[in-house]
This record gives sequence, structure tokens and C-alpha cells, in this order.
Amino acid sequence: MTSTAFLQYCLTGISIGGIYALIAIGYTMVYGILRLINFAHGDIFMMAAYFMIFAMVDFALPWYVSIVIVLAATILLGVVIEKVAYKPLRSSPRMSIMISAIGVSYLLQNLATYLFSALPKGYPKIDFLMKTITIGGISTSVVTFITPILTLVFVFLLLQLINHTKIGMAMRAVSKDFETSQLMGIKINRVISFTFVIGCFLAGVGSILYFTPRPSVYPLVGSLPGLKCFIAAVFGGIGSIPGAMLGGFVIGLSETFIKAAGYSEFSDVFTFILLIVVLLFKPTGLFGEKTTEKV
Amino acid sequence: MKKFIALALASVMTLSLAACGGSSEGTTASVAGTAISGDTIKIGVFEPTTGENGGGGMQEVLGIRYANTVVPTVDINGTTYNIELVEVDNQSDKTAAVTAAQSLISSGVVGVLGSYGSGVSIAAGQTFADAGVPAIGCSCTNPQVTAGNDFYFRTCFLDPFQGTVMASYAAEEMGYKTAAIVSQNGDDYSTGIAAYFKQAFEQLGGTIVADETYQTNESDFNAILTTVKQSNAECVFIPCSIATATLILPQAKANGLEAHILGSDTWENESIVIAAGDAAEGVVFSTFFDEDDESTPMAKDFVNGFKAYLNEDAQRITLNGGTDGVAAVSALGYDGYMTMVTALASLDGTEGDLTSVNLRDALAAVNYDGVTGNITFSETGDANKDAAYLKKVENGKFVFVKKQIDETK
Amino acid sequence: MTEQKKHKLSILFSAIAIVVLALLLVGVNKYTAPTYMLRTVLQLGSIYALVAVSMNLLNGFTGLFSLGQAGFMALGAYTFAIFTIPANQRAGVYYLYGVADWLANIELPIVAALIVAGIVCAIMAALIGAPVLRLKSDYFAIATLGFAEIVRIIVGSSPMNRITNGSLGLKMIPKFPNFYFPFIVVAICIFIVWLLINSSYGRAFKAIREDEIAAEAMGINLAKHKRMSFIISSFFAGVGGALMAMYMGAITSTTFNITLTYNILLIVVIGGMGSLTGSIISSFLVIAAREWWLRFLDQPFFIGGVQIPLFKTGFRMVVFSIILMIVVLFFRKGIMGTKEFNWNFILKRMDKKQPAGGEGNE
Repeated sequence: MTSTAFLQYCLTGISIGGIYALIAIGYTMVYGILRLINFAHGDIFMMAAYFMIFAMVDFALPWYVSIVIVLAATILLGVVIEKVAYKPLRSSPRMSIMISAIGVSYLLQNLATYLFSALPKGYPKIDFLMKTITIGGISTSVVTFITPILTLVFVFLLLQLINHTKIGMAMRAVSKDFETSQLMGIKINRVISFTFVIGCFLAGVGSILYFTPRPSVYPLVGSLPGLKCFIAAVFGGIGSIPGAMLGGFVIGLSETFIKAAGYSEFSDVFTFILLIVVLLFKPTGLFGEKTTEKV
Repeated sequence: MKKFIALALASVMTLSLAACGGSSEGTTASVAGTAISGDTIKIGVFEPTTGENGGGGMQEVLGIRYANTVVPTVDINGTTYNIELVEVDNQSDKTAAVTAAQSLISSGVVGVLGSYGSGVSIAAGQTFADAGVPAIGCSCTNPQVTAGNDFYFRTCFLDPFQGTVMASYAAEEMGYKTAAIVSQNGDDYSTGIAAYFKQAFEQLGGTIVADETYQTNESDFNAILTTVKQSNAECVFIPCSIATATLILPQAKANGLEAHILGSDTWENESIVIAAGDAAEGVVFSTFFDEDDESTPMAKDFVNGFKAYLNEDAQRITLNGGTDGVAAVSALGYDGYMTMVTALASLDGTEGDLTSVNLRDALAAVNYDGVTGNITFSETGDANKDAAYLKKVENGKFVFVKKQIDETK
Repeated sequence: MTEQKKHKLSILFSAIAIVVLALLLVGVNKYTAPTYMLRTVLQLGSIYALVAVSMNLLNGFTGLFSLGQAGFMALGAYTFAIFTIPANQRAGVYYLYGVADWLANIELPIVAALIVAGIVCAIMAALIGAPVLRLKSDYFAIATLGFAEIVRIIVGSSPMNRITNGSLGLKMIPKFPNFYFPFIVVAICIFIVWLLINSSYGRAFKAIREDEIAAEAMGINLAKHKRMSFIISSFFAGVGGALMAMYMGAITSTTFNITLTYNILLIVVIGGMGSLTGSIISSFLVIAAREWWLRFLDQPFFIGGVQIPLFKTGFRMVVFSIILMIVVLFFRKGIMGTKEFNWNFILKRMDKKQPAGGEGNE
């Protein structure tokens, strides 16, 4: 492998890893608070892409307006899903809420097929993001380049929010102990809604960064990235934000280099084996908290 | 635990009895098929309209629906029968396909058209054969669809031919010495055609320098494309679904991939050009028909008629991917329907009850001049087609490149 | 009525019910056309019932949240297919890559192959069970999901070309020898699971589900029982996969993706976690609804010559998902909850009519 090739692979891996990280944070935060694997997250990511098509193609809005609308719509969708499909089940067994998440995922995919047809739709171009830049033999688009940077910025902001604000403190309290924090006067519904707001905001950002260089949207487009991001979250220790970020980058890079080594057929196999091996040595993921069960 | 073992042994014995009892019963040979009754003939449309291949499947359905508006009736033995289409969605999924096929059979169809995507046709083929209902595959190109199944026919060419055509175009016409292949893991269409391309290209003296695969629903191809770029292949052959094509093209451009991109028959679809934009420029693919070919005079009429049909109703345009472009699969759907009708009409003069088995025999002997060329079926049930059309994307339009004749036939 | 008599009556009623169901099946076979949709729905429903029961054994009874069902089904289906495709057809099936030499002439009877399919899955479960079962709830779920995906990808990959035919899949798999075959197999398998659940092992499983620590304190060997539940569940998932292969006649690796596991999980939850009869009932209901009753929704629908705009392709799945959400949201325990179907509703009524002391007649 030449050094330019190596750098090209690195860039590809870090860029896709950044997007995985952004979406994985959504999984990890929801899990941290509700102990729910939000299977619908990948489909929210898909819906965000359709929102963008509506805003920019069907209503011909400029990109900066569209981005705001898309993020708002995605957040709204996420919050509505939480209120309708997850909130009523809060006191029932964890399994039913997870099934509800699978149901939402089904519904979103089927609804998208029904409304927009299964034929792929082109994702609108945001010109300045798509400019090709060439640095010493590596050619790439601006968006590939800024994705990991944006990811780091968002993770930094998010950590500040969680560690240094009141709502952040509430979120930490809720994730430690659901019931006690309720007794302490934390408005639990607000905290949960806020978690979904952040998760969906990041999924919306991830969606823009993901689809700009991969401009094709169809109803099932969210399922595989969703699964990988979920793995990234588990890998890093589900519930931990730095863990999700690390998981995203590790999975992005490892799958890229496995493909580079000529085993494209097995890239997902390696990803899963990596996951299982990590779980065997660190049963709650890399940064996951150890839970001791009380009798 | 002893109890369990005893029980398990007892169960096994009961089971073997059941299995043996069955095998003697299963030897009853010929199938009766479905009889035509009343004044309506039901034709099943077995296509994916949702799922991975939902888009292309829908376009094939549109072709069939249009054909149904052109020829809605058929006269047999002095009775005018209305032809009614019974549509069913096989969801691009093999498990769903078998049940979907079964639901067609139970609704009393005498013939079936479809499906887009070879995998679902292979899965459902046995169901049709068991019921004695003939099926015409419109665009399923995998050899396994018709092989060993007396009731499956098809109107398009096969993957071995298609793979060879693309390989000879790459090696002989363009003089490429090295090629890369990108195909989909677990997909018989994509893998099959890639394997034939590989065989043919290597026979013609070329080398495959990269053979990459991706998973279903994958949407990031950067790593694969970087590998292709590193291999310095002169061309890259990508038989894949429409959805994948629209993803792979822009990524190839962003990666600065210079290899010539070659596609398969699924690529004749304007959605690709619309979604991929200028990244699709220069792509060459093989397809089933060309409206300007003089040996198929019907093609022009079909294209005009079908365009008008699409423009009548905004919903049809939506289903066709937002354009009034004519996809090759629509033409094949049209031809499939017309072949079926021609065979039905040839039943005129048959004595006794008309059944789907009669229809099968009529299909085996059918001769119909269609949009995609003359259709007669070989022993295995494949159309005796010897021509593929190569087209190229130029300025966002499909431009005819050449007609490739199969010399082995 | 004493408990003993109640028990006897229950068994009698169950026996009658089974005979009635069997007669109904015979009736369906005799009096419906071979193409009637009900037959397909019943066959497919019974296969799903077996797989759902096997998943319920793990998820509902032992409290191990596994998402690996599709992987074991794939393993079972492929094992079955490899050993049963008629030897003279193999050249045609492996038309592109050819068949591995050791495989070319092996052909097992259907029943033997079904058992081999189950055993292969059980062995695989034993192998991966040892490390994976140490993981806690959700992590175990993810690990099994990962395992299922690994199986699916490897089965369809090129190094397996000469064994599994890689991406091209296998066809010419023998169909059911007769209409009753799947019902008999499924009934036997479910009966075995039922015996297991009502044995001391079954009570140990339930104890583990309710509280692992308490169960361990009572002297239940956690590791052993979990492993046992996992292996038995995988065995039946494998048999279920093999039946699925027979039903379809042609399989490819993509059939056994995560969606399949989700589908089975939905059936289990709708039926009620921890209820065998619930799983069985819901399998038939879900399959019938999705494949049969709701199919009209995909067709254009006319009332007095006016097309109702909602009815077009894809609508069926939208309605199906909405129904599913309603069930999940408003009928949280599923059809049966953790209860099994029983005859108490009749027995109670008999009790009222015939006040205590009636047993003296016996």
C-alpha cells in the first residue's frame, strides 16, 4: 500500500467513523436514560434525508434555510415518536418498549415506501460541501474532510452540556437512578424529551453529512448504518458518549482497512467479531459502567 | 432424561412413518392446472413493489398495466374474455415471494407475469410449477429461473450472455486489459452476472485486478472504490440494483475514480441519471431494447404510447420515479403480457376445457414479434434472443452505442 | 371438584381439542382445493409457531434476550438443504462453481436431515454459548445478533461457494412430502418443549427469568441451565429453519437477515412472553393477517366506480405496522400474557352447576 493510498483510506475511515459516532451518540444517550435500544433511530436518520429532499427540491428553499427546517423536523419526529410510542410503555417490561421501537422502525420504513415509492431519490447538492479538494494526491470532497472535525466539535459541546449545565446534571441523575431522581423533583419527561432532541439533532446533522457525498435516498437506506452505529455504541460501552465516539471511529476505520486489505466480503463479519471479542473481555463495552446487581 | 430420549426416539419413528407415507402419495404425476371459467381470464402480476427492488418492479408493473389497456380482451372459441390483472407484491423477499405466489394461485390465475429480480422468481418457481400455472419472467436474467422448471418462461436474455457481452465490449471494443468487479454478497443476480463477466473477460486475455463485494443495503462505497482506484483497473463492472447504482456513481466521482464504469441491465433507468447527475456520464450498460432499432418496429410505437399513458396520471409518473422516461423493464413487462395474450389467442380451436396447462403448451410454441425483438421459447423456456443493446449515458441521456449479437446461437 | 379431577378433565379436554384440530386439518386437506390460501397460511404459520416457541423458550421462559434466531435458522436451513438436494440435481444447482467432492453424493432422508440440521445448530450453540452466555441482558442480545449476521454473511460468501453455492443460494430442496408433514414435525417439537417446560428444568428456567441471584441462591446451576436452554432453543430453531427451507424450496443467505429475527420476536411478544400457546396462536394470526387477510389493501379499491386513493401498493404493510403498534401499545401483555391456554373457563362453570361433593359419583 502506498502512503497516499494509506492516507486516503484513513480519511475515508475517519469520515465515515465520524458519522457513525454522531448517530451512535443518539443510541447511547437514549439507552443511558431509558435502557431502551432505539431501533427506530436509523429510520429517523432516513426520514431526515427525505425532509431535506422536500425542503430543497420540492420547496426549492436555499440550503441554509433547509438545514434548519430539516433539523427542526427531525427533532419533532423524534419527540413525537417518544411521546406516542415509548412514553405509554414506561412502566411495562423493557421488552415491550423495545418491540415498540421495532414497530416504529417498521412503520417508518413502510410509510416511506408507501409515500415516496421504493425508487431511490437524489439527495440535493449543497455546492460548497461537494467541492473536490486535492491534497497531495488524495482527492476528496469538503464534506468528507469536515465531518470528523464537526463530530469532535459536537461531542465537545455535548460533554460541556452534560457536565456543566442544570439539564445535563438532571440527565446524569436520571441515567444513574430513574426513580430516585424522580423523587428528587427532576421532571423526568422533560429530561427524556431533551435526550431525544439531542439524539435526533445529531442524527439530522449526521444525515446531512452522510447523504451529501452519498446522494441517494430510499426507504431502507437507514437500516445498515443504523445497525453499525448501534454496534459502535455497544462497542464503546452503551450509555457513554466518549465511548460512542470512539466506537464510531474504530468501526469506521476498521471496516475501511478490512476492505482495503481485500476482504470486503467479510468487513461486517470482522466488525461483529471485534464487537463480540470486546464484549467478552469487557462485558459492558470499553467505557461502560459496571453494574452490580443488588439482591 | 431417559424419558426424553425414549420420547425423542418415538417421535423420530412417527416422523419417518409420516415421511414414508408421503413419498408414495407424492408420486402422482401430472398436474391439472387451473381451468378458465366465466368470461374473465385472470393473469397474475408477480412483482416486487416494495423492498429493495420495489422501484424497478413497479416500472415493470406499469408496462404490464399499459399493455392491459392496449389489449384488454382476447377471443377464444367464439367467447370474448376480459383479461383481469391480479397484482401481488412479493416485497423483493424470498419468503414473502412464496406466499405471494400462493396467493396468486389461490385467486385463480391461469398465467403469471414476473418477477423483477431473479431470486424471488427462483423461490416461487416451484409453486407455479406445482399448481400447473405457467409464468413468464420479464426481466429475471439468472439461468436458474427456468432451468428444471417446465412452467417458467422468460422474455429476456440470460446472465451468461449479458456477462459475455459486457466482457467482450470491455476487452475487444475498448481494449481494456484490466478490470475490477463490484458485486453484492448474497444476491444471485449480481453475483451470477459478475462471475460470467469474470470468466469471459479472463478468456479474452484480460485480468481481474479487484473483486469486491458489499452487503445488501450498504450505502458507503468509499473504501471499495479506493481499492478499485488503487488497483489501477481500466474499467469496473458493477452489476447492482438501481439504488446501489445511484449511490456508487457520485462516490466514484468524489474519489476521483478514472476507471470506465460498466453496468448491467438494471442500469437502464432514468432514476439513476436523475439521482446521480453528471457522475453518471460515460457509463455503459447492456439492455434489452432500443426504440430506434429497425428490426423491432414496434419499439417506437410502444415508447410513444407508454409515454402518453404515463402522462395521463400524475401518480403513474410518481411510480415511474418522477419522469416519463421509458425503462427497459417496462418494455419487457409489456412484451411478457403480449406474449401471454398471443398464447391465449392461439388456444382458439382447442377442444374441451381450457386450462393453464393448455396455456403452458401454447406458450412453448408461441411466436410473437415484440418491442424487445421476436420471442420464441427454447426447450428450457428461455426466449431465443441473440441481441443485447449497449447504451451509454451522454449529457444525461441514454445513447445507443451498439447492438451485440450472440455468435454462439 | 378436586384439583385432581380438574386435572383429569383438562387432559381430556386437551385431548379432544387436539383430535378436533387434527380432524379440521384433515378436513382442510380433503375439502379445499390444493391451491387454497388457507393451506399455505397454515403451513407457514406452523413453521413460524415452532420458531417462535423456540425463541420463547429462551426469551420468555429463561429470560435470556437472544436475537440470534435467524442465524440458527440459516444454519439449519443450509444444513438441511446441503444433505437433501437430490444427488442427480446437484450439478444443476451448483451450476457456476461446482459442488465440493465430498458433498456430491451424500443424500439423507428428510427426517434424518431435519435432525442433523437441529444437531448442527445445537453444537454451534454449545460452542458459542460458553463465552456468550456470560454477557448480561442487552449485551447478550447484541452478541447473538452479531453471531446471526456472521453466520448469514459467511454462508453467502465466496469461500463457501462449493458447499453453500455462495450468493447464488440453493434450490431443488425437497418439498413437504405431504400436507401433514410440517404439522406433525411442529407438533412433536412443541410437545417436547412443553414437556421440558413442565419438568424441573422448566421450573429452573422460570426461576432464572424471575431473579437470577435468587435462583442461584436456591441452588440452581445458572450456567448449566442457561446453556441448556440456549442449546435446546437453537436445536428447534434449526429444525424450524430446515422446515422453512422445505417450504420455500429455494434459499439464499439474505432470507435469514435481522428482519426475520424481528418478525419472530414480534410474534412472540404479540402472543405473550412466556406462553407457548400464545406464541402458537399469534404465529397463525400474524401470518394470516400479513399474507392473506390484509392483501386486498395493496389492490386499487373501488366504491361505485370511484377509486379510493389510499389503496395502493405498500398500504398493506403500513396497515400491518399500525396494527402491530396498536397491539404493542394497548395490549401490552400480548394475547396470553405469561399464562397458558387452559380450560378453567369451562371448568369453573361446571363447578358452579355442580356444587362440591359431585366427585362422590365416581
